[in-house]
Order: sequence, then C-alpha cells, then structure tokens
Amino acid sequence: MAHSSSTSGIVSGRLDSDLLEQNFEDLHAPLSKHEALVASDRCYFCHDAPCMTACPTSIDIPLFIRQIATGTTDASAKTILSQNILGGMCARVCPTETLCEEACVREVAEGKPVEIGRLQRFATDNLMAKDIHPFERKASSGKKVAVIGAGPAGLACAHKLATLGHEITIYEAREKGGGLNEFGIAAYKSIDNFAQKELDWLLSIGGIKIEYGKGIGTNIKLDQIQSDYDATFIGMGLSGVNSLRCDGENLHNVDDAVSFISDLRQADSLSNVKVGRDVVVIGGGMTAVDAAVQSKLLGAQNVSLVYRRGKEDMSASVYEQELATSKGVRIIYNATPLEVTENGSSLDVKFGFTESIKSQLKQTGETFSLPANQVLKAIGQNLSNQSDELKIIDGKINVNDHGQTNISNIWAGGDCAIGGDDLTVTAVAQGRDAAVHINSQLMK
Amino acid sequence: MADLTSNFIGIKSPNPFWLASAPPTDKEYNVRRAFEAGWGGVVWKTLGSEGPPIVNVNGPRYGVVHGADRRVLGLNNIELITDRDLFKNLDEIKRVKKDYPDRAIIVSIMVPCEEDAWKTILPLVEETGADGIELNFGCPHGMAERGMGSAVGQVPEYVEMVTGWCKKYYSKPVIVKLTPNISDIRKPAAAAQAGGADAVSLINTISSIISVDLDVMAPNPTIDGKGTHGGYCGPAVKPIAMNMVAEIARNPETANLPISGIGGITSWRDAAEYMVLGCGNVQVCTAAMTYGFKIVQEMISGLSQWMDEKGYESTEEFVRQAVPNVTDWQYLNLNYVSKASINQDDCISCGRCYAACEDTSHQAISMTSDRKFSVIDAECVACNLCVEVCPVENCITMVQQEPGVIDPRTNKVVEEKHGDWTSHPNNPSVFAAE
Repeated sequence: MAHSSSTSGIVSGRLDSDLLEQNFEDLHAPLSKHEALVASDRCYFCHDAPCMTACPTSIDIPLFIRQIATGTTDASAKTILSQNILGGMCARVCPTETLCEEACVREVAEGKPVEIGRLQRFATDNLMAKDIHPFERKASSGKKVAVIGAGPAGLACAHKLATLGHEITIYEAREKGGGLNEFGIAAYKSIDNFAQKELDWLLSIGGIKIEYGKGIGTNIKLDQIQSDYDATFIGMGLSGVNSLRCDGENLHNVDDAVSFISDLRQADSLSNVKVGRDVVVIGGGMTAVDAAVQSKLLGAQNVSLVYRRGKEDMSASVYEQELATSKGVRIIYNATPLEVTENGSSLDVKFGFTESIKSQLKQTGETFSLPANQVLKAIGQNLSNQSDELKIIDGKINVNDHGQTNISNIWAGGDCAIGGDDLTVTAVAQGRDAAVHINSQLMK
Repeated sequence: MADLTSNFIGIKSPNPFWLASAPPTDKEYNVRRAFEAGWGGVVWKTLGSEGPPIVNVNGPRYGVVHGADRRVLGLNNIELITDRDLFKNLDEIKRVKKDYPDRAIIVSIMVPCEEDAWKTILPLVEETGADGIELNFGCPHGMAERGMGSAVGQVPEYVEMVTGWCKKYYSKPVIVKLTPNISDIRKPAAAAQAGGADAVSLINTISSIISVDLDVMAPNPTIDGKGTHGGYCGPAVKPIAMNMVAEIARNPETANLPISGIGGITSWRDAAEYMVLGCGNVQVCTAAMTYGFKIVQEMISGLSQWMDEKGYESTEEFVRQAVPNVTDWQYLNLNYVSKASINQDDCISCGRCYAACEDTSHQAISMTSDRKFSVIDAECVACNLCVEVCPVENCITMVQQEPGVIDPRTNKVVEEKHGDWTSHPNNPSVFAAE
C-alpha cells in the first residue's frame, strides 16, 4: 500500500513524485526578461544607497540594477561578482527581507521594495549560463595559502587570493565542496545542483586545488598546515550541534536538523527521503524553519516548530516564519523542551511554557506534550575547536577587523569566527576581506 | 578588450563622456566630484565678461515633464550663464586642470558680439591651461534678449564672424555650440565651419514652456505669479538633437566636421546612438542632474560591453557608421514588406494593440472573446504602432515578408528588387519629362 501523510512511523514516499517535485521547486522563480525589465525600472538609483549599505558584501546594487535596465546584463553580473563571488547563491538564499530589501526606500515608501534578490539572480544566472568567468588571475606570486573548508568563507577567500596570483589548497572534510550551500540550504532555495555548478564555475579562475576528505582534527593537523603554507585561512564552519540538555536527548530518532537537511539535499530522489508523520522541530533560526518546512513538503502530517522564546526574539525572519506557517507548519512560541520519552514505537516530547520576566526566561509551570516520530534539534551549532593556541571568544574564533586570529599567519572567517551573522553573505565578506589582508601581508 | 579612450579634435580624455556646460559644471566643487566619479571631461559653465556677473532668479528655476513613477523625461530651465565672478572661475579652472591633467576641461564662453570682448577674454582663458573653448550661441532665454546666446546662434553670419575671432585670438581648439531654435541647422553648422571651428556641439536647449500652473494661471516655474519660456532638455529632446546631428553629418559640406553630441543622453545606448550618427563624443547634463554623477559608471560599463560584443576595440571604429544609412524618404524601398506578429506566449492580453489599431490605424488586429489578439495580415500595413504601444518588449515583432510571397493586403507578389518613390508610377514628377 502506498504511503501517505497519515502513514505512521518514519517512512519515505508519503507524496507522489510529481507532487514532491512541485513542492521542492524554486521558492523564488527566476525572473523572465520582461519581469526583470519591469523590476529594474522600479529602482530609484539612490545616492549612497541604503541597500548597498545593508549588503554585507557592499554590492553596488543601484549600478547593477541600472545595468540590467539598460540591457547590459553581463556588466551587471560583473558588478555583483566583483564584490561577492558567490552572488549567485546569495541571490537565492540571502534574507533580503532583513537586509537590502528592508532598507530599500520603496519599502519605506510603499511597502514594496525593489526585488533586489531576484534581479541579482537574473544577472548572475545569465552570465553563468554563458559560462563566462569575468576575472583573471594575476601572474603567480609564488606564495601558497591553505584554506580550511570549502564553504562560502573559504571559497570567497580562495577566489580572491587566486585572482591576486597566489596558489591555494583547500582542505575540505566532506566529499563535496560548498559547505552549507551544498549541505545545509533548503532544497527549494538551491535547485538543480546549483551549489556544485557554482563551485565549478568559481574554480575556473585557476590556482585553487581542493582536497576532499581532509578534515583538521581527523586526518590533518592545523599546526602542520600552518607551517607548510605562507598563510592559513580557517573557514571550517560550526560542525558541532548544540544539545537540548534534557532527558531523552539521546533516544533514537532525536536527530540534529542539520543532518536531516544534509541527507535531504544529498538524496538522489526525494521519494526516498524518510520523514515522520509527526515531526517536532526544536529551535528558532533558519535551520529550524528549513527543517520544518521541508518536513511538511515531504508530506509529514503534523509538523511543529517549537521555540523557547517569543515571536519577536526568533532569529528566523518574519518572512521565514510566515513561509513556514503558509506551508502548514505549526509554530509554538515560548515553550522549552523538558524531556523526551518513548511512547511505544514513537516519542513524546514534553515542553514547559515560558515567559520573559525582567529579561529572564522563566517557566510558567504549565506543560504540554507533543507526539513525535522524529525530533529535530535546531538550537544552534558550535565550533569543533582543533587548536589549543587559537583564542576562542563565546564559542567562536577570535579575529580582528582583518580576520586575523591571535596567531599572526592564521586568519578565520564565516560561521567559525566572531562577527558576521552566520549568513552565507557575511561569510563571503569575511573570506574576501581576509584574503585582501592576507595578500597585503604576503606581498610586504 | 574595449578601450574607451577618446581623442576628440586632439583633446584626450579617458572616455567619451563629458559633462555639458550647465549647473553641474558651475564650480570647482562640482567638477572635482564629477572627475572623481569618472567623467572623461567637462565643459565649464558659461563664463561672461569681466565685471558684475549676471544674476539669476532666486528660484524656482526648473520645471519638469514627468513620465510614469515621476521619471524625469524633460527638464526646462530658466537659469542663465555663470553668476560667479569671472576671475574666481578662471582660478578654479586653472587649479582643477592642474589636478586632473588627463581629463578634458573646455571653457564655455558667452560675451557680447564685439571683437574686443572676445579679444579680452580669450587670453585669460588660454592662461588657465584649459583644453579648449566652446562658444555658447544657444541660450534661448535671458541672454538672447541682450543680443547674445541664441540671438547669435540664429544668425549664421554672426556665428562665422565670432568663430573667426576665436580662432584668431585663441590657440587651442574651438567648439561652436549650436542652438536648435532654428529652421535649418546646416546653415549655422556650415557657418561655424567656415569661421574655422574645430567642431560643433549640439544641441543647446529648445525654447519651451513646460507646463502651466492652473491655480496661479502662469507658466511653470512661476516666479511671483509669472512665468517665462525656458530651455528644454533631457530624454525628450534626444530625437530632435539626433536628427540635427545626422543632418550635419550627412551634409557633404560638413561631412568632416567633428561633432560633440548633446541632448538627453542617459545611458550607454544613447551615447552609442549619437556616436554612430556622427559624434566623436557626447555631453551629458540632465541625466547627471537627475541621478547624480554616478550614472557615468553605467555608461562606461555599458559601452564597454557593447564594444566587446561587437568586436570594436576603440570608439573611432564605430563613429559615423550609421551615417550612410540615413537617407531621404523618397529613397526608402517601397518593395520592402513586413507584417506585425504577436507572440502568444509573451502576450499578457492587455488589448492595447487592439485599441491602437482598431481605433486609430488599420483595423489589422483581431480580438477573440477570450482576449486573444492576433494580426490580420490582409489589413496590416506594418505601421509598427502596436509594437510600440505594447507594454511587453518584443512581444510584438515586425517580420519581413520574403520576396516571392503574396502580400495578402495588396494581393501582389513581394518584389526582390528595390523600388522607391523616385520611380513610382504614382509620382507625377516621374513622368513630367515625357
């Protein structure tokens, strides 16, 4: 008998393959040429544009939009990619609703910002479809740089350094590059294997080599790398998952949301991805939303997203919360997990309601339980620190404004380092800026 | 890789985009900002004679014709030449030129139509080190009433005379700026050439009244209840300017006269259009006043991309390329037949093509009850109105009918050979000789 949303347990194929495909289509469909002309025409070409200031990579947004409007889409893509080499992925995943589009003066004027994200995708898609890589590598400098992690921070750093003529080796623990772009971003934000295509396109600059299956702490050592190379950039991300710190956390089917999303992304067919009938996601960030939404899109009958604080404290944007509820996810605010217990072949998760009293989160005393076949933890990731010498602050590698750690020839950026907002775009900015500084130090 | 370096009548600049003589080039502060933004050159706002400068109204000085979303389509100004002291201007020009040796600085001048006035001011301008001068024979308001500006530009003899003086008393290139408020632009252009001009620049502004304030009952901009005509510029005037540029470029008498194109240039494409019609470079004003100096970046990147796509390495390669294709109506091929075609996938069913054709043209578009629009070839004269009123670019296109097919409108075979009015049987002058 075919499965459906009401099939008990954790099973795959709850929805037929056509429906699954439809569910996981592009969240924001690409703009057609006509749509791009209409959308670009709305930009006022502001002076000292607020959108540009809001962009962590300072993309010259008014200029790239004007370049689309005047029919020079290649030039538009170059404008974007010069500041953000992963402009293609960022166009798909950036929370524009809290960055550039929130700052857009037309958001202020009419509540309808210019569609900056979709326009950025229009330009970059156009250039990448033509297989144009508009950057050149300077003559070889003779310097070698090691990059730990082929995620956005590492790739941005590597590309910038490659354009400046340096030789880069990226050590990537997984078997594929891209970092969270490949393993963590919701599938409907990055369809058609885009993360890999972008990676291949990025590497066409030359001068960058990636060694897969090489993770520091497992089969390579940081101090060895540090001494073998003229400089090292750590873009290792956060590979640890915060624990719930409640009983029952280690029960079967209490998993981390990041792994769930990663497995979904790597599945060869959505029909083979298993999901519970009742799914409980604990957390309040983008990962929690991505896990909850995708569970629902796979056909789970009941998906609850439970966050311990109030709606206004949730780090997932209002847009993302509304996306979740529009897909049928139930969001429960102000509830903290107390324990997970077995109930036959499934689980029960007991929560205690909370309230904020004088900025302290306190339990009210009232509790409730949710049945769950699957519990997904999405309460944050943490650094798997591999070095005794690196200074760590609040769980992240301490770096100065140039991305330099306390060790003079080691830089760091992305989720593993302080600063930034744990976004792809801030990782790119940090990687790029560290590269500029690395270059200045190497060429002294 | 496209190189935008421009050499216009011996004056070098890193790109062919100059700012025209106007408020954006009024003083040092503005000009420095312009150069920092990337403009290749500027024509300094028109200087007047030594002595008390002219005074401007205390505003308003501008009126605008707006398009959708308050897009600036046309701008009208009642501002005059510089209201700053001559020597202050000259000092600034000298200073800026020294700091920006690779950028062009041209000084625009308007002084009375007497040889002495020019003899006096030109050595002062020479001393600044500027790259050349531009003679302002164009202001249609304020100065014309005093016998300067367009009052000179409309009289070819004066144009030739003053140009001659400038060539006599000034060693560097002389550009003569033409007013469009004239019936035949070829005459003042030829006069400037006869006077020895190194180039002409056109157009200056067009006499206009932008709009009327219906409460005050006066033309805008109103000053204390009254208004006056002003000079119109911006995107709206580009077609008028381009026609005049083409007239000069294709006139055998002035075919070799370098031209600097001015009038509504807002993007790279506008600049390219002027240049292929005969301009060695272009001057911009309204677009800069509308958006700020940053717009030059789009002009630079856009022209570069186009040049790379077409394989042009320098701007000289495409200047004047369209001139041979500017012909007279009577030589257009009447045997060329096309028909409009509506792409049903792109059509959004607004029905504007139908409204235009059914009401005002040839009733060549059909409309079904479920709002599907298609062309009736038997009625279509290919006027192109539907194409241009359609809100979706390229939704409607003109498709050439191949020679040999029958045109359902005329029931005649589309002919391969060229046939124009000059040999058409309906043309009475064809048979007059017989």
